[in-house]
Amino acid sequence: MNNTHDHNPEKTHQKFLAPENMPRTVIGPDGEEIHIDPLNDYFCSERPKVHEPANNKIIEKFMNWARAESLWVLGFGTGCGSIEIPPLLSPRFDAFRYGVAMRPTPRQSSVLIISGYLAVKTLKRAIRSYEQMQNPKFVIALGSCTINGGMYWDSYNTINRLDHYLPVDIYIAGCMPRPEAILAGFDQLKKRIKEGRAEGANEYARNFDWYKSNQKKIIKDWNMPDYNW
Amino acid sequence: MEIVTKLGFVLLGLVIILNWGLIMAGIIRKIIARASMRRGISITQPYINLFKNYSIRSQITHGVMFYLGPVFRLSGGVGIFLFMPLIFGSENWSNFSFAGDLVLIVYFMFFGMLGMALGAGEGGHPYSAIGISRGLAQFTAIELPLTLAIISIAIQYKTLSITEIVAAQQGGIQNWTLVTNPLATLAAMISFLGAMGHAPFNVVMAPQENPIGPPTEYHGTFLGVLQTNRAILHVIEAVLWMNLFFGGATNWIELILKSFFIYFWSVFVGMVFPRFRVDQSISWLLKLPTLIGILAIVIFLL
Repeated sequence: MNNTHDHNPEKTHQKFLAPENMPRTVIGPDGEEIHIDPLNDYFCSERPKVHEPANNKIIEKFMNWARAESLWVLGFGTGCGSIEIPPLLSPRFDAFRYGVAMRPTPRQSSVLIISGYLAVKTLKRAIRSYEQMQNPKFVIALGSCTINGGMYWDSYNTINRLDHYLPVDIYIAGCMPRPEAILAGFDQLKKRIKEGRAEGANEYARNFDWYKSNQKKIIKDWNMPDYNW
Repeated sequence: MEIVTKLGFVLLGLVIILNWGLIMAGIIRKIIARASMRRGISITQPYINLFKNYSIRSQITHGVMFYLGPVFRLSGGVGIFLFMPLIFGSENWSNFSFAGDLVLIVYFMFFGMLGMALGAGEGGHPYSAIGISRGLAQFTAIELPLTLAIISIAIQYKTLSITEIVAAQQGGIQNWTLVTNPLATLAAMISFLGAMGHAPFNVVMAPQENPIGPPTEYHGTFLGVLQTNRAILHVIEAVLWMNLFFGGATNWIELILKSFFIYFWSVFVGMVFPRFRVDQSISWLLKLPTLIGILAIVIFLL
């Protein structure tokens, strides 16, 4: 009787879809009917694959060394921590000398810094950015907000524990951590990569269902494909 | 047997040019860092970035042309290398240069960009399309003063062979095109600024406003191929300018020093001047540099 509280997932899916992403039928100039479903046409919803490390230990060690010494960070700022990132590249802290550089596109980046509290709206964008990065990829979580919610622990609109949603490699505690602490965090991340323990991308692929169900519990207006690279 | 020796020398030359390109990129980044009061990257960082890009595990593709884009770009860079005489007076280091190699090399300079345009277009990212349209428009304007300068020196030396142009410049600085044809040199050095992609002509890949232009979707091995090409291209284009205007090189040390200083000219200008918008850069290139180029031709026709 009451259709307004329909819990059919298909309907929920449609409800939050942006108008340009709605499935539709277009009639071409020659009268041909073309069905367009942007979510399936524009995005690939294939599940992530596990990419095992190379069998040869020496080669894998060398590759890990190269990955550790050339950390390309995605320029994605969330929360108050994003203001601590620009000084890293200034003459005073100069993260370039440690092989850290900013990249403007997720395709070319290997490090995602979640710099502070993560609103539900931003979580959605963070997930999409993370999924567009290529294996191997690393996540650095900045500040106490990403560990337990920090001063926002009982906020209605921020998440409390980041590693329920994305596999985190390094936490840098503080509110906010100073650039020196972030540099130390990069150093720890390098150690972790060189030891071959930074396999977050594979962990994400193995526990994909768990991560997805956690993400969907928080993001009510899920209007994107399950996996979008 | 002769062709095997030749191929060996060509490959060896390519390896030397590639390595010099990577080391030069490191040195230049270091100089830029010191000029902005930073310590900067280590000189080996371009190598590490290259290894890292080749060791990315997962790649995604957008279609066949997406694969071919970097391949075309690389064949553009290697194509310029193949027909470029490196060391004057050395049969082994003159690669496959022949009587009309200058025309072919100018063609190859555009070839890579066109291939990249098709590949980046298939990537489907709007920033790629914007970057490509800006890049092609600007490069057309950049090529105009260069082509006028090349026509001018072709009239001056009555040849289109780079080896003969270098031969005509031997015997001291007073014989260089820099001295005998300063107008053509000026026009070509202005277009060199654009060809190297430093400020004021770097709006194509400007990361702050158009992240990051044509290679937005390229990652991993694709990006590694593009980086390899860039290392080769920067050196080999500096070598082209060296052969045409600065008397060529008679040994490797001379080649390395001259290519460094010619490349450094674009870095120096880039450090001093801010960035042009694409409409500003095109209209600027079509005014004074083009006039200088036309004047350089007219003087030799009179």
